[in-house]
Amino acid sequence: MHVNEKDINEQIRWAQINADVLRSMENPRPAYWVAVAVCIAMVSCAVLAEIYQYNTGLGVTNLNNPHMWDMYIATFVFWIGMSHSGTLLSAILHIIHADWRKPIYRFAEAMTTFSLMTAGFFPMIHLGRIWNLYWVLPYVSDRGVWPNFRSPLAWDAFAISTYLSASAVFLFIGMIPDLAICRDNAKGWRKTLYTTLSLGWRGDDRQWRNFRKTYMLLACFLIPLAVSVHSIVSADFAMSIMPGWHVTTFPPYFVAGALYSGCAAIITLFVILRYFFRFEEYMTTAIMEKTCKLTFAIAMVWTYLNLIEFASTWYGHNIYDKEVLIYKATGPYAWIFWTMIFCGSVAPFALAIQKWRRHMPTMFVVSLLLNLGMYFERWMIVAPTLSMAYEPHQFYMMYGSIVQWAIVFGSFGWFGLLFLIFVKIFPSVSMYEVKEMVFHRRRHLDHETAVKFGRRARDAGTPATDTH
Amino acid sequence: MAKYHTFTLFSDFEEAFGALADIRVHKIPGISIDDVTLQSPIEHPEIEEVLGDRPVHVQKFTFFGALFGVTFGFFFLAAAQASFLAQPQGGKPIIPLPSNFVLMYEMLIFFGVWTTVFAFIFLAGLVRKRGPIYSEQVNVDQIAVIIDVDEKNLDALKKLFTKHKALEIREEKLP
Repeated sequence: MHVNEKDINEQIRWAQINADVLRSMENPRPAYWVAVAVCIAMVSCAVLAEIYQYNTGLGVTNLNNPHMWDMYIATFVFWIGMSHSGTLLSAILHIIHADWRKPIYRFAEAMTTFSLMTAGFFPMIHLGRIWNLYWVLPYVSDRGVWPNFRSPLAWDAFAISTYLSASAVFLFIGMIPDLAICRDNAKGWRKTLYTTLSLGWRGDDRQWRNFRKTYMLLACFLIPLAVSVHSIVSADFAMSIMPGWHVTTFPPYFVAGALYSGCAAIITLFVILRYFFRFEEYMTTAIMEKTCKLTFAIAMVWTYLNLIEFASTWYGHNIYDKEVLIYKATGPYAWIFWTMIFCGSVAPFALAIQKWRRHMPTMFVVSLLLNLGMYFERWMIVAPTLSMAYEPHQFYMMYGSIVQWAIVFGSFGWFGLLFLIFVKIFPSVSMYEVKEMVFHRRRHLDHETAVKFGRRARDAGTPATDTH
Repeated sequence: MAKYHTFTLFSDFEEAFGALADIRVHKIPGISIDDVTLQSPIEHPEIEEVLGDRPVHVQKFTFFGALFGVTFGFFFLAAAQASFLAQPQGGKPIIPLPSNFVLMYEMLIFFGVWTTVFAFIFLAGLVRKRGPIYSEQVNVDQIAVIIDVDEKNLDALKKLFTKHKALEIREEKLP
């Protein structure tokens, strides 16, 4: 660790924080607009592919017995997983008072909301008969039939809609004081928007007291909720009796995988936002280092759970499970399997090298590699089991058609587009929380206090005051 | 006697808290610390030390919201499943508790979250008509002290705030 490396410059003035963040919403680098154009192009591909699939039928996707799920559901699980780190880590770090989260939690929470919105498309697209989507809603049909509440697919509908609404609310509530700042500085349609959304916030002591309690309560709800959501998604597989899916460790394995891919996505977006909006003062290398260390730890948990799954299958001597495991490592999907192992378990060691952790372009590439590994992980969960089920007459391998690929490709554009619009309209760095962070750290470094408690005495040479 | 709504801005938090400490020890008769509203750009850690312990009730709404969620969840699911009474269940229970627990858990959180949010909006006094005096500097780096005061105490209050280096004192006669 570099000596005296700080998460943030404590001497930054509060007015400067407001100015920097508000400027970011008006004046991004030109690369921002290039990214928006690329995302629109990607979404267009997906829309065309979906129109074609809708008019022609699901056959154009190569989906057929036994491969009735495949890429769409793998992508669904990927996006659900991606959604996990934002809100979950933000809530955990909030509860344990890890203040380095403050400059980066806003965009991570937005990532959660938009990932869920992207994930929600895939069951609809996969349905084929999209107009029957409402069948998953808990209502009684005209023949007196309810959805099957024993089915994990019905649980999914409950869990994901609860998670989406709770995450969106968590994001919104945490943003209210910043929306009031935007309101005070905006003109035109933005003024109207922020005035409406800030709900009349003025920073009264009564508002702050209730805000603090509410935010903590929501954080407490969101942690078990996030864990339950991915456990339930794992139940889509684990509740079946298919070889390779009926695994006891699936829920923690899914949750660890979700946290892992979410953390990797946070690193990717960290680098992008830092560049687009010139946030070098707030998204510092010290915070990047902490995020990387956290990601590395989660990567090792995921690796461990992978090994546990392989070992329990190997020593369990269930012939069907064992065949699927061998098929994964040596069959036609072996190149995906070994790429997954490399990207998921070997590439994260780059995060352990300090010099690389501090180099943003390297971290950008590494984070993309990690997420490539996590995407392949989802593919390896879904496809090999369907290729190698119990009945030999069902043994059949397949890859997604160009239509599936186009829709999956477009989903990244859709996510990117939502995210880029969000960071242009709403503050992607929490202004009031960065002020709090600066305030507390300045106090911590206050000369007298530092001497009294002997903490960080090397920093105490310059007395700091409470001037803002 | 006429009453005034005063709004005083400070740039130094310590000075503002010093002024409030003086009010707390009744340096100005007729004004209590309970009459004071503080506006600040951050959730200031010393606010409670200065203003005293002011209760927050959001968590009670959260508790009852969550309780409603889990109860409603059970009865909703059980009522829906009971409509299958006439159908053969293949030996499975009509109302299966293990799978229902999953959905009751989700409903507990769903209703808990939404009740908390609505309670927050209500208890924090949001979406409500506010006093006309406001400074945008409160959202930047200054702190405001707001007190409704009788005319006879107005000058003493202003003097106190001036002593504590108030940047600006605004007043408005209340109807």
